[in-house]
Amino acid sequence: MNPAGTTGPLSAADDGGGAPVRLEGLLKVTGAARYAAEHTPPGTAYAWPVPAGVARGRVVAVDTGRAMAEPGALAVLTHENAPRLKETGDATLLVLQDDRVPHRGWYVALAVARTPEAARAMAGAVVVSYEPEGHDTVLTPDHPGLYVPDKVNAGFPGSRERGDFDAAYAGAAVRVDATYTLTGLHNHPMEPHATTARWEDGRLFAHDSSQGATLVRETLAGLFGMDKRLITVVSEHVGGGFGCKGTPRPQVVLAAMAARHTGLPVKLALPRAQLAAVAGHRPPMFQRVRLGAGGDGVISALAHEVVTQTSTVREFVEQAAVPSRVMYTSPHSRTVHRAVALDVPSPSWMRAPGEASGMYALECAMDELAGAAGLDPVELRIRNDTATEPDSGKPYSSRHLVECLREGARRFGWAARDPRPRSRAEGRLLLGTGVASANYPVYLAPSRAQARAERAADGVRFLVRTDATDIGTGARTVLAQIAAEALGVPLERIGVEIGNTGLPAAPVAGGSAGTASWGWAVHKACRALGGLLAEHGGTVPPEGLATTADTADDVPAESRHVQAAFGAHFAEVAVDADTGEARVRRLLGVYAAGRILNARTARSQFIGGMMMGLGMALLEGSTMDPRFGDFAERDLASYHVPACADVRDVEAHWIAEEDPHLNPVGGKGIGEIGIVGTAAAIANAVHHATGVRVRDLPITPDKLLGTAGGPGRWSGAASGSTAHDLPT
Amino acid sequence: MKEFAYARPADVDAAIAALSGRPDGAFLGGGTNLVDLMKLGVTAPALLVDVSRLPLTAIEERPDGGLTIGANVRNSDLAAHPAVRTRYPALSQAVLAGASGQIRNAATTAGNLLQRTRCLYFQDVGKPCNKRLPGSGCPARDGVHRDLAVLGHSPHCVATHPSDMAVALAALDAVVHLRGPDGGRTVPLTGFHRLPGEEPHRDTVIGPAELVTAVELPPAPAGPSAFRKARDRASYAFALASVAAALEVRDGVVREARLAFGGLAHKPWRARVAERALRGAPATEEEFARAVGSELAAAEPLRDNAFKVPLAHALAVRVLARLAGLPDHDAATGAGR
Repeated sequence: MNPAGTTGPLSAADDGGGAPVRLEGLLKVTGAARYAAEHTPPGTAYAWPVPAGVARGRVVAVDTGRAMAEPGALAVLTHENAPRLKETGDATLLVLQDDRVPHRGWYVALAVARTPEAARAMAGAVVVSYEPEGHDTVLTPDHPGLYVPDKVNAGFPGSRERGDFDAAYAGAAVRVDATYTLTGLHNHPMEPHATTARWEDGRLFAHDSSQGATLVRETLAGLFGMDKRLITVVSEHVGGGFGCKGTPRPQVVLAAMAARHTGLPVKLALPRAQLAAVAGHRPPMFQRVRLGAGGDGVISALAHEVVTQTSTVREFVEQAAVPSRVMYTSPHSRTVHRAVALDVPSPSWMRAPGEASGMYALECAMDELAGAAGLDPVELRIRNDTATEPDSGKPYSSRHLVECLREGARRFGWAARDPRPRSRAEGRLLLGTGVASANYPVYLAPSRAQARAERAADGVRFLVRTDATDIGTGARTVLAQIAAEALGVPLERIGVEIGNTGLPAAPVAGGSAGTASWGWAVHKACRALGGLLAEHGGTVPPEGLATTADTADDVPAESRHVQAAFGAHFAEVAVDADTGEARVRRLLGVYAAGRILNARTARSQFIGGMMMGLGMALLEGSTMDPRFGDFAERDLASYHVPACADVRDVEAHWIAEEDPHLNPVGGKGIGEIGIVGTAAAIANAVHHATGVRVRDLPITPDKLLGTAGGPGRWSGAASGSTAHDLPT
Repeated sequence: MKEFAYARPADVDAAIAALSGRPDGAFLGGGTNLVDLMKLGVTAPALLVDVSRLPLTAIEERPDGGLTIGANVRNSDLAAHPAVRTRYPALSQAVLAGASGQIRNAATTAGNLLQRTRCLYFQDVGKPCNKRLPGSGCPARDGVHRDLAVLGHSPHCVATHPSDMAVALAALDAVVHLRGPDGGRTVPLTGFHRLPGEEPHRDTVIGPAELVTAVELPPAPAGPSAFRKARDRASYAFALASVAAALEVRDGVVREARLAFGGLAHKPWRARVAERALRGAPATEEEFARAVGSELAAAEPLRDNAFKVPLAHALAVRVLARLAGLPDHDAATGAGR
């Protein structure tokens, strides 16, 4: 649809290559699109949760007397009276089932009232008595509780060894050994988690802010021990997720329990200040990367060792070392994850789990290797490109990393770069540029879809129906495009119904797999409908025509190719030599992600990912307060997400990539790759600008302060965990 | 449920009367801070007296050559006013360095001065805080306090005042005009905000039912003035440290200097020690560094905010140097080569 393969900053004259605009755009900008908390069935009651005030222990008593005396009070649910739930494999959803407090902020009660104000007042009046226990919330690199999990997120082995790393590393001509530190990160979508739930005649209806209504329904069916056909979940419009709505979250369970308990529709919108404890986070992490290479920069030995945390509630270990198994040639490799279960909120999915964290470390280490080997960082990466995936030995279906690096270098003006750190300035601003590779695997999941042709006053109209979710990505629009193309009709003839479990089942919007997974089913259903229409001589009978497709048998369980998207990120930063403030002047990404279906929405996803990577590099961080056991930043004033004004110039480009092994949609998925490596490109640019290698994110001014030199410096300056390797 | 009464008196006297004898009430200006704190449950006034529409919206010339800024002048309007931009650039720059465009459109001059000090524990009703619950303790002292005070804090509170505007006003010798049940009074801006001491719940010296009606700016200082702020995020963020300064240099010697810091204390920090050291000193970076250092020698950083001292030092030296017309050293050649 748009093979143009490029789009820069949008202007009035440049509307994204003429790509279709979001079908629901008008509804959204006029406020007509209704989100989960904007449905108010008659008689709706409101719920407000009570978070645990201790970091670990037991609930001894819950005094609800004052709460129930509030005008409008309906009920207080606690572990003593809440409906019983069955286990589904995600213990973070087993709320109000027992007296355990596994971490601060875990919900211990739920107030329900006639108004949201009354529910909140009730929640404040519930008196919970605890028997506190000692808690441990601090991740350390040598924590005695560290273990190597069999599997990490997405089913990857916790540990892998190839060849003889120790010997190869010991014998390498050039070596890098560096440890990179990440603080906890939170997804913080614009729309907090929310549900409106009601029961009618034994049936459960829920409007839920989720990345996948199908999974929410199945999970609710398991938790409540009921036939999933008695449950309807709607996620029609979702105000962002970034992974923290990828699995059902407690709000949908609590709202459903409260609705059953009170017999009323119940609305629950989680307050922002509670999200950090219940919505998941990208866990803090120590990553030690060792690279051994020949004088030509070709890697012989690669070790990537991850230390991270999970909770006592559910094991979730980010697969941060996995990118090092697949990115570069590495005959001798050791990749291992170690985790410790702490008394902390449960970590969970956050945009590019594993890749975003791991590629930050690997791509910074590659920059350090380039410096150590005296090679250009782009050239170093090109020299370490590989035709087969090192871990599996399988060939790639397509891998255009080198093309992305070269195209990015050309567009960015990389060739003019003076490689010496601290070599360029504008007055007190130190300028630098950095590069990093990006990758994200192709995931695919079976999906179903229905296509219908119906007679309408203005001719034949087509409708595609699938329980996909549009979390702001443009999924609805792209599915219409796929249908229009498969049917050979104009886009205006296509209607799309998504975000409702009454539709054919579909997987979550996650793993950058939504468009390809849903799109395959939509494509298949539409092709079948086209055939059926032809059988009817091109005429739609009065009752209409419909076809249903299921890709369960089409999606290969095992492929003989490795499928992945690749990319390259380039960044230019200016660091104020007096204050240490690092600002991004330019961000440029080039991607090889298969076929790009909609230049407008694709650009938004790419630059959105890059912006989130900017946040990871310079701004975002959640600080664990070990005395209380929770994250200190609880609002968007203290948890800094980047805004448009935080980068002057951001560009996304892609190269035309045809990959016949992929799927009928032809895309590899673009939702996550924009954040992969971006933080490294920026951190590498900061090093180039200043000569200071900051190895712990975010790179806030305090970590660069005191590097200015010059007259009149404060002599009693504090120092951070930075390494100064200024050229002499 | 916590209900509150709402009143919107027509004039200043009626507003003061409405709040007299009501220690459980509060004046409401632009609402950008008070309403946030009410949503968080940090404060729960039983009565809101809305003064946001009182006709205190003028910026007027004073006979002495200064300006009177009405309490309800919106931050955006203050920053954009030609007289402010030309004669008090530090003030215009300070206002524009604060918050976002949307917030500046709503926030008033008086409300900006009266915004509460900031601290993550103050805003979290699940935690102790001497400011919110006197006597409950200060978890910030040994907790997450990277953004908090290095000057003038007490064992009871280490919060910082968030206003950028007030830092410029402090340097410019502004005067706050108050009216209360017992009539009017004026307070120098530098005496308007308090250090936490034993009473961290009191941010200012304002009395019961006292209303800020205006801020008076004396004639602009002789030399140029400027404001600069260091922050974590370019788009908008509270100050890690900020500096407002005015400097008059003649024949290479400082004749007059005004200097104030933001982000370092419970109040805008007028740097009188540094000012004394600057007067009569040669206008060189070395002298500026020495003078600013003499002020910051009083700093008592906490575990994780020691960086604020060299940060404030570097900011102030740079602002003074630029006001003095000294050239910037090229950073790339400043070190490392």
